[in-house]
Amino acid sequence: MSPRAPGAPGRRRVPAGPALALAVATVVVVVALPRGAWLVYALVGAAVLGAAAVARVRPRDVARRLVVAAPFVAGVAGLAFLQRGGAVVAGTLVAKSAVCVLAMAALTAATPFADLLDVLRRLRVPALLVTTLGLTERYLAVIGAEVARLRRARRARTFARSRRAAWTSAAGVAAHLFVRTTVRAERIHAAMTARGAR
Amino acid sequence: MHLPDGFLDAPTALAAAALATAGLAVGLRGVRRTLPPHRVPLLGTAAAFVFAAQMLNFPVAAGTSGHLVGATLATVLLGPFAAVVALTCVVVLQALLFQDGGVTALGANVLNMAVVAPAVAAAVHGGVARALGGGPRARLAATGFAAWCSTVAAAVACAGELAAAGTAAWGAVLPAMAGVHMLVGLGEGVATTLVVAAVGRLRPELVAPVAGPRTPATGPTVAGGLVVALVFAVFVAPAACGWPDGLEHVADALGFSRAARAPALAAPWGDYLVPGLGGGAAATAAAGALGAVVAFVVASVVAWRVAPRAPGRAP
Repeated sequence: MSPRAPGAPGRRRVPAGPALALAVATVVVVVALPRGAWLVYALVGAAVLGAAAVARVRPRDVARRLVVAAPFVAGVAGLAFLQRGGAVVAGTLVAKSAVCVLAMAALTAATPFADLLDVLRRLRVPALLVTTLGLTERYLAVIGAEVARLRRARRARTFARSRRAAWTSAAGVAAHLFVRTTVRAERIHAAMTARGAR
Repeated sequence: MHLPDGFLDAPTALAAAALATAGLAVGLRGVRRTLPPHRVPLLGTAAAFVFAAQMLNFPVAAGTSGHLVGATLATVLLGPFAAVVALTCVVVLQALLFQDGGVTALGANVLNMAVVAPAVAAAVHGGVARALGGGPRARLAATGFAAWCSTVAAAVACAGELAAAGTAAWGAVLPAMAGVHMLVGLGEGVATTLVVAAVGRLRPELVAPVAGPRTPATGPTVAGGLVVALVFAVFVAPAACGWPDGLEHVADALGFSRAARAPALAAPWGDYLVPGLGGGAAATAAAGALGAVVAFVVASVVAWRVAPRAPGRAP
């Protein structure tokens, strides 16, 4: 477990059920707030910022997540800006989405994903979906490392700089990755059977 | 096109969540019925694969690069039902772990990217591949075109939700979203075709023929019907309600008001004119049709280039 993982020593651990409920409630309230309630946004934002600080969210993570969402937010806010009274709509969109990103970042930093899955299971989400969510989260890092290895190997062998070669080689990496993914899925199933699953 | 929190109002978010839940239920049921138990872990690893594949860069121009979205790739490689479940996991994890897409917009995001996108991909892929004869080349051309269609369909659904929520005017947000994603979809189509062709070279059995006894025609047909109904709803509902002032304001601001007073085509889109296109719905539809033709030609050319030389022979 990485020292930064939720639930690792030195990090605060919050029961997942209440944490999820609180985070979702915060987001719902923020979304339901009327447009242009700047003072309320600021107050909720400050509270969420406090929670994020207690959960030890890395500012870098929040910044990266805001940057990822930025083109879409900017695009839609830009379109909204063209409407009558659009400045308020656009500002509201930016403020609300930023506060909500912060709230969810605080949640994921404070609660291990497995605990969130337990909550979903208790909420009667279909078992197949919960299992698949768990497997996906579990193998994100593994398959991410696999794609990094494939890319490194590809870069070590490919010297062509043309765009066409870049597309072909990226597609080749993706194809190899998919084949390895199916092989890994078979191994996982064998391991599950060996441990008495089903 | 991940909708963040705060972009949709409650009715739109709830309606989208209901549709997404219905689509997901169909996907889960289909998986339980068609997927053999030993393939179930593949759902999870395939969802992780989609995440990882999104990390691969496809250089576009002048130092910028795009990446796969992967909806059509998952649909073609896993089948529509498994793709719905795997892509739902991708979208849910993106929202929960990476805050890519909001929690209140989760239903809408699942609907656009994990239900509409694979459903359109499956319907177009199955239909076009069969129409072109079902050979390897036909299936690859169908893959590229399906990727374009599914990208555009997801963008149109997203635009519909934004318009229904009153966040942006339909007349402005549809051309913007559809236009951008008609270009994005071309890249998605070419990249998806290249990946599927490469998988076919490595493991031909993983890219199974479309027209076989294993795949009954009802699935794609039902999916196609649902999609048509959805697109119809998305297109027609906003037109029927008539959003008040969005585009007229744009027109005023940009000095198009005179052009707007003489619409080229009246009903049922009469109030809306697209600045720069000048012909309202007719121009939008024409641009969409032109885009579809271009996408189909590109997909065919790419398929021609990358398909195995002799059809049927193992490459």
